[in-house]
Amino acid sequence: MSKKSEILSAKPISRRLFTGGIAAGAALAATGLPTRRARAAAPLKIGVLLPRSGHLALIGQQCQRGADIAVPLLADMGHSVTLMNADIESSPDVARTQAEKLIREGAHVLMGAFQSDATAAIAQVAEQKGIPFIVNIAADPAITEQGYKFTFRNFPTSPMLGMGGMSLFKDIFAATGTTPKTAVLMHVNDSFGMSMLKGIQALTPKLNLPFKIVETIAYDPKARDLSIEVAKAKAAGADMHMVVSRLNDAILMVREMVKQQYEPMGIISPGSPGMYEKQFFKALGKYSEYCITNVPWFDPKQEMTSVLGAAFEKAYPDQSYELNIGFTFEAVLIAADAYKRAGSTDSKALAEALRASNIAKRVMIGGPIQFDEKGQNKNLKSAAVQNRGGKPVVVMPKESAEMAPVFPMPGWKARS
Amino acid sequence: MPIDFLLNILVAGLLTGLVYGLMALGLSAIFGVMKVVNFAHGDMMVVAMYATYTLYTAAGLEPVAALPLVAAGLFVFGFALQRGLVNRFINATEHMQFLLLLGVAMVITNGTLMVFGPDARNVQLDYAFDSYNVGPLIVDKVRVIAAGVAGGTALLLAAFFRFTVTGKAIRACADNFTGAQVVGLHVNHLYAVTFGIGAACVGVAGTLLLLITDVHPHLSTDYTLLGFIIVILGGLGSLGGALLGGVLVGLSEALSGALIAPSLKSMFSFGLLILVLLLRPQGLLGKQA
Repeated sequence: MSKKSEILSAKPISRRLFTGGIAAGAALAATGLPTRRARAAAPLKIGVLLPRSGHLALIGQQCQRGADIAVPLLADMGHSVTLMNADIESSPDVARTQAEKLIREGAHVLMGAFQSDATAAIAQVAEQKGIPFIVNIAADPAITEQGYKFTFRNFPTSPMLGMGGMSLFKDIFAATGTTPKTAVLMHVNDSFGMSMLKGIQALTPKLNLPFKIVETIAYDPKARDLSIEVAKAKAAGADMHMVVSRLNDAILMVREMVKQQYEPMGIISPGSPGMYEKQFFKALGKYSEYCITNVPWFDPKQEMTSVLGAAFEKAYPDQSYELNIGFTFEAVLIAADAYKRAGSTDSKALAEALRASNIAKRVMIGGPIQFDEKGQNKNLKSAAVQNRGGKPVVVMPKESAEMAPVFPMPGWKARS
Repeated sequence: MPIDFLLNILVAGLLTGLVYGLMALGLSAIFGVMKVVNFAHGDMMVVAMYATYTLYTAAGLEPVAALPLVAAGLFVFGFALQRGLVNRFINATEHMQFLLLLGVAMVITNGTLMVFGPDARNVQLDYAFDSYNVGPLIVDKVRVIAAGVAGGTALLLAAFFRFTVTGKAIRACADNFTGAQVVGLHVNHLYAVTFGIGAACVGVAGTLLLLITDVHPHLSTDYTLLGFIIVILGGLGSLGGALLGGVLVGLSEALSGALIAPSLKSMFSFGLLILVLLLRPQGLLGKQA
C-alpha cells in the first residue's frame, strides 16, 4: 500500500477523540510542567567564532580547546549547552559573515573572537540581529563604548591590562625588598608591541614606578637571531630586563642572555605572551625559571580552576594551560549561567540575564563576573605569574598567590 | 661606545654570517651548474631541521653526530627530486622552473605542517647555551662550530669540484652544456649529483641551525629569501661568494643593529643587495655574463 493510500484509508478522528485530545492538551497547558521541562532540557546553542586558521590559528585553536572542554564540565554542573563552531580565518570580514550564518542556523548566543577587529564586526551583527554576544578575549576599549545592548565582555580592555600589569611591579619589589633603579625594555615592533610601549612609557611616571627605562630596543617578532639586541641590552647595564614578546622570540632572547652571560636582577613582562607557555619551558629547561609575566591568570584558590586544569591536562597533555583557555571557558560558563537563570532561549531574556550576571565561582583572578551598563566586566585583575618548577605559578596578588616571588633571580650558572 | 661591546658585535656578526654562508652554499652550487634557482631551498633546510629533530627525539642522536646522516638523506632527496621532477623542466622557461619549485616548496611546508603541526620544536642540549670567554670577548660555542663546519664544507666542495673526476665533469657541464654532451658526459646524472650535493649542503646547514633556532614549518620563506640575498651579493654560482655574501650580511646586520636600530637590520641587508645590483650586478665574486 502506498503512503498516500495509507493516509487516505486512516481512521478519521472522531468527535469524542478530538474532544478528549483538547482536554488533555488543556490539562497539560494548565500544569505547564512537561512543556517547560522540555524547553529547559533543550541545550543552549552557542555560536563559537574563533580564528582557527590564518595568522592567528595557533591561538584560535587554543581558545577552541577552552570552549570544547567547557561543554562536558558544565554538563556535570547541570548546564546544557551545545557549540556551533565557525572559523573566522583571522579576518573581520569572514567573522561578520560567519556570525550572520550562525544566527541564521539558530545560534542563541554568539561567543568570540580573540582579535579585536573581528570582535567589533561580530558585535555589530549581534546588535543588528538582537542576539547576545559574549566576548571571550579582545582588548580594544571601543568594543564596549558603542552603546551596544547585546555585547558583554569578560576580558580587560587594553588600558586595564596595562594598568594591571604595570602596577604589579611595585608589589613585587615590596614583597621581595629589592627595588631596581634602572630597566632596559626589549619589545616586538608589531602593533601589539608598539601599543604596549606607549602604555609603558605613559604609565611609568604616572604610577611613580621606582625605575627608569634607560634603553628601549625594538625588534622584529620574526627575528632569526637576537644576539645583537641582547648584546645591546647587556651593554645598557640596567638592573632589570623588561620584555614585550611573543613565544619564539622570547626563547631566542633568553637563550642569548644565557650565552652572553647577561645577568639582570630579573626578566619581567608587563603583559605579553611567550614566557608562560609550555614551549618556553620545553625549549629552555632550567633557564626558563624565575621569569615573571604580569597577566590576567587563573585563580589557584578557586575550586573550578583545579577541575578545569585536571580536565585540560587529561584532554590536551601537550598544550599550554594558559589564559586563553580560562577566558574562553568562562565565556561558555557565562552563557550557560544566563540560560539557566533566564529559563529560555529568547534573546532578550538571555541579554537581561547576562546583564544581571553575578558569578563568584569562576576560574580567573578577580571578583565575581558582573557587567556594567556598557557590558564590560570591571572585576578583572592581573596577576604576577612566575616560572617555578617548570610551570607558571601565581606569586601576586597575595590573596591568590601560591608562592612568594623570587627577585632577584638566581644567576644562570647557579641553576641546577 | 665600549670597545669590547663593538668587538663582541663584530665577532657575533662574523660567525652568524658564516652560518648564513653555509646555508647559501647549496643554492649557489645548484645555480652555478644547472642555472636553476631553487625556490624550495629554505624548505629543504626545514626538512633537514625536522630530520635532525626526529633523529634526536626518536634515537637520541645529537645534531653533530646526526650531521652525516642528514646530509646523506638530503643528498638522496635532492638527487631524486632532480631526476624525478626538476630534470623534466631543465630546458623549460625560467618562470616554469620558478613555479615548479615554488610548488615543491608549498608541498614541503604543508607536509611538515601536517606531520609536525604548527608548534616550534627544538633540541635541548647543554652545549647549545655554552660560550667561550676569550679576553673581553664572549664567543658563542654553537656558532663557532657552525662557522668551522661552514668553512670546512666550502673547502671540501671546492676540492671536490677542482680535483675529482666527477667534480671536473660537473664543471664541464656548467661551462659548456653542448660540449659536455658531445664528449659523452651523462649530463642528466651529473645534474642530479649536483642537486644532491646542493641539498646535502642545505642538510648540513639545517642540522647546525637547529642548535641556534627552533624549527617550525613557516621558517622556510625567510631563509629562502635570505639565501637569495646572500648568493646575489656574493655572485650566483660562486662558492666563495656565498661565504663572502653571508659574512657581509651578518656583519651589516650586526653593525646596523648595534649602531642604529635592531629593527632596521633587514633594511640594511636589502640596501646592500640594491647597491651590489647597481654597481656590480654579477655579484662580488661572480663572473661577468
